[in-house]
Amino acid sequence: MKTVDFDVYKNMLYEKSGLVITTDKSYLLESRLAPVIKKWNIPDMVALTDKLRGIPDKQLVEDIVDAMTTNETMFFRDQKPFDKFRDLVVPAVLKAKGPNCTIRIWSAACSSGQEPYTLAITMKENAAKWAGIKFEILATDLSKEILDQAKAGKYSQFEVQRGMPIMMLVKYFTQTGDTWTIKDDIKQMVKFQNFNLLDPMDQFGTFDCIFCRNVLIYFDQPTKGKILDKMSKRLAKHGTLFLGGAETVLGITNSFKPLEGERGVYVHSDAPPPAK
Amino acid sequence: MKSCLVVDDSRVVRKVARRIIEDLGFSCEEAEDGVFAVAACQKAMPDAILLDWNMPNMSGIEFLEKLRTMPGGEQPKVVFCTTENDMSFIQRAIMAGANEYIMKPFDGEIVATKFSQIGLI
Ligand SMILES: C[S@@+](CC[C@H](N)C(=O)[O-])C[C@H]1O[C@@H](n2cnc3c(N)ncnc32)[C@H](O)[C@@H]1O
Repeated sequence: MKTVDFDVYKNMLYEKSGLVITTDKSYLLESRLAPVIKKWNIPDMVALTDKLRGIPDKQLVEDIVDAMTTNETMFFRDQKPFDKFRDLVVPAVLKAKGPNCTIRIWSAACSSGQEPYTLAITMKENAAKWAGIKFEILATDLSKEILDQAKAGKYSQFEVQRGMPIMMLVKYFTQTGDTWTIKDDIKQMVKFQNFNLLDPMDQFGTFDCIFCRNVLIYFDQPTKGKILDKMSKRLAKHGTLFLGGAETVLGITNSFKPLEGERGVYVHSDAPPPAK
Repeated sequence: MKSCLVVDDSRVVRKVARRIIEDLGFSCEEAEDGVFAVAACQKAMPDAILLDWNMPNMSGIEFLEKLRTMPGGEQPKVVFCTTENDMSFIQRAIMAGANEYIMKPFDGEIVATKFSQIGLI
């Protein structure tokens, strides 16, 4: 692919989603966009590129962004963040807000829903211990298509098997053939909404905990910094931010600092050290 | 070193499973049906058992029910690994004392996650 053509995609993806692609990934463009070309009955990549140079159809642009972003996720991904949510976050919120409070959680790039549903299941599993607490889970993603999947709550055998403990699978899912559907009472605990992390976040109010995992890795430093700074304004004083295993705030923003001794967990930079 | 007994009537599956489990740092024994598995457990209780369902002579579920009545038989963590993927089978396995359940096809990542979730690694 010619550099000028590549730049059409590179600029569009960067502007619409923050995704950074480098020229060594041009083979990825062609293979991932093949289904889009087919869906839209466009003869080839050259014709697609031409279309994008004009004023392209909004849906076409969305399809291209969707095709280029990674939706990889799983239930209980990395396990630790969910243990820490239970053992650190909830006690910290209870200390700050009292026993009968509402705990608001944001899963900020929720993909097909495994992350927010894992949180909802964690709440169900601890329901006796957390009886007075009301939980609100907001789950957002840029991709409408992936959000539709998340809302449907239907997963393949392969997807549930990657991470969902068998006792919980039996408790919280129903089975039809090879499809496992999350039960309504879990579904109802999560509110899904289409949202681009590049946009202003003022509409959301304040969260006690934000999961922003495995999405910042696709962005450049300035974009990461801007998103994290906006998020810090949406996080309560006592709040906690979880990033993915390969992500950090260090060298990117001064809004957050790592929570001492806890990998992947961040708090406001002016938060007092945790009481021992 | 922790030990794992792989019980499956397919030699190919046993070989694949052994590779995965040895990579997780276990020593590995094999049994080709429930009868051989009982004998192996009488000799030495393993820390983990990866267990097929459908096998000649003694099935996986029969073996598990027997195992849990043997001296020391409550000890091993038992993970089913079978093509039986119906909820009713899974429930029956849990009732009989299975700790986890893998629906074939499986891969190393699935085994590793399941083993870690039940505290084997
Ligand atoms: C790899 S998944 C991460 C899912 C989950 N958080 C996890 O850790 O398993 C990344 C998700 O980020 C979404 N995404 C990419 N760019 C985004 C943006 N600018 N705003 C919101 N979501 C975005 C993608 O649609 C994708 O579903």
